[in-house]
Amino acid sequence: MIELVQVEKRFAGQVVVHPLSLTIKEGEFLTLLGPSGCGKTTILRMIAGFEQPTDGKILLDGTDLTDLPPNRRDLNLVFQHYALFPHMTVEDNIAFGLKMKKMPVKEQQERIQEAVTMTQLNSLTKRYPHQLSGGQQQRVAIARAIANKPKVLLLDEPLGALDLQLRKNLQSELKQLQRSLGITFVYVTHDQEEAMMLSDRIVIMNSGQVEQIGTPRQIYANPTTLFSATFVGENNIFSRDGKMFAIRPEKLRALRDVEGAKRTGEVLDVHYLGSVHKLVVQLDNEPMTVSILFDFNDNRPWEVGERVGVDWKSEDEVIIGS
Amino acid sequence: MKKSNLSVLPVILWLCLFLVVPMLIVVGISFMGRDDLGNVVLDFNLESYSRFFDPLYLGIYWDTIVLSVLTTGLCLLLSYPLAYYIANAGPKMQTWGLVLITIPFWINFLIRTYAWVLLLRTQGVVNNVLLDFGLIQEPLQMLYTKGAVLLGMVYTFIPFMVLPLYVALDQMDKKLLEAASDLGASRWKSFWHITLPQTKSGIMTGSVLVYVSTTGMFVVTDILGGSKSSMISNIIQSQFLGARNWPFGSALSVIFVITSLIMIALFNRALTSKHMKTKEGR
Repeated sequence: MIELVQVEKRFAGQVVVHPLSLTIKEGEFLTLLGPSGCGKTTILRMIAGFEQPTDGKILLDGTDLTDLPPNRRDLNLVFQHYALFPHMTVEDNIAFGLKMKKMPVKEQQERIQEAVTMTQLNSLTKRYPHQLSGGQQQRVAIARAIANKPKVLLLDEPLGALDLQLRKNLQSELKQLQRSLGITFVYVTHDQEEAMMLSDRIVIMNSGQVEQIGTPRQIYANPTTLFSATFVGENNIFSRDGKMFAIRPEKLRALRDVEGAKRTGEVLDVHYLGSVHKLVVQLDNEPMTVSILFDFNDNRPWEVGERVGVDWKSEDEVIIGS
Repeated sequence: MKKSNLSVLPVILWLCLFLVVPMLIVVGISFMGRDDLGNVVLDFNLESYSRFFDPLYLGIYWDTIVLSVLTTGLCLLLSYPLAYYIANAGPKMQTWGLVLITIPFWINFLIRTYAWVLLLRTQGVVNNVLLDFGLIQEPLQMLYTKGAVLLGMVYTFIPFMVLPLYVALDQMDKKLLEAASDLGASRWKSFWHITLPQTKSGIMTGSVLVYVSTTGMFVVTDILGGSKSSMISNIIQSQFLGARNWPFGSALSVIFVITSLIMIALFNRALTSKHMKTKEGR
């Protein structure tokens, strides 16, 4: 579907995106995940056509897009701050792309109706963007993009400006929308939870480089680099014989009996988080803390300052390469 | 609520003192008569207004409107590309561009206008150059024509148009153009459907500034237009200072203020026509 071939981006001699090859499959929900400044937005903007790769090619359905301007690419971008046209109603905003394609008015109407229904904007079509809430504006941005029936929808932190509750609701709506449309989504976010929830595959990026590509399950269970081990979900990193391995907090066990435990330490803090509780343990002999999760069934009270043995099964160790 | 009412009080007082009251005085005087010495006397009549319908004054009135509209239109046409260029240039070029636009203000306005006389007169720079290159055989009569007045007006008021346009273009969210492009709009279509409507406020501000200033300007007409081309402002000036006919001068002023308001309203309507529909209730 979309193919990036050794795509590289440099700004003023600085490498922003290291050579990257990536194939995005049809109908896939692919997320570029990483901290700000990692190059994920630049990649999205290169696909959309707002940035030119310094090197490499971008193919859509086998045709080379690299030199085409954004208005001649069959894909649409949902902007981070929506970029709705303030002087147009919701309806006119959605119609804009269709008008540019010189689509017959009747067909335009159908497309608008369809997009509006999908995004639940039916009662708001005559409003102007400044009369809408943040969440509604976000829907308009999506409606405006999907009305064009693009082959690929690019989304640049589309939920970044919304508060948590609304975000959670819109996340599941987005996922459903993507399923029912069957369009390929390329999604950029710095929120690892969001990425886990939405994506078929995640590309983890750090300072312009790909750290790992995989399904959410693969990335959580088998992180291959230190960065992906710690960026997605909480993790405890140990080292043995110069090699690093990671164990998730829920795989660690806290023992009252210090004897026979793999590590020992002292309880530094106890967090009650409702469905789970968490111990923060300062290890003996090692200048690090580990987190241990319990599920709600485990009601043993722990006191700060208590001695604790930290143990785990050897098969839960995840070796981190290089 | 009460507090906000109080806080605008100084503004209202200021407006009353320096705008509303003087305007009312002018309106009042326009209905009065004058004695043989030119003093205003309390004698309600409409003579000053009926005098306006003399074909001489109607002609000048019409000329003034035409010239002001032409000046505004030319300023807009010339300024938009310039403002667009400055607003889209790098930060360094922007600063330089704005400095260059404002530099003429540092020089006395009369001197600048007389400089045009030196350029345009029969033995002036322009004629000499054209003669030297053999492009013309005889000097052109450029000074003391309506063209010269128009040139002088456009020259004088172009910064009044460039600056509001620049502000509007600079403040515009550039992401909107990316969005338009993403949705398939060519550069020209983005300009027409997004940039132009988004900079409407700048167009409006600049046009009003230029139009109103042009109608009130008599120095340029005096210096570059000679005795042949007069504008309504020249007549008003001479009624107040030369002929000492304050009632007639006031009547002309009132008529022209009303005309300007109508023109501004018409222009505003034209801008909000179907292509450039703007937000309702704003």
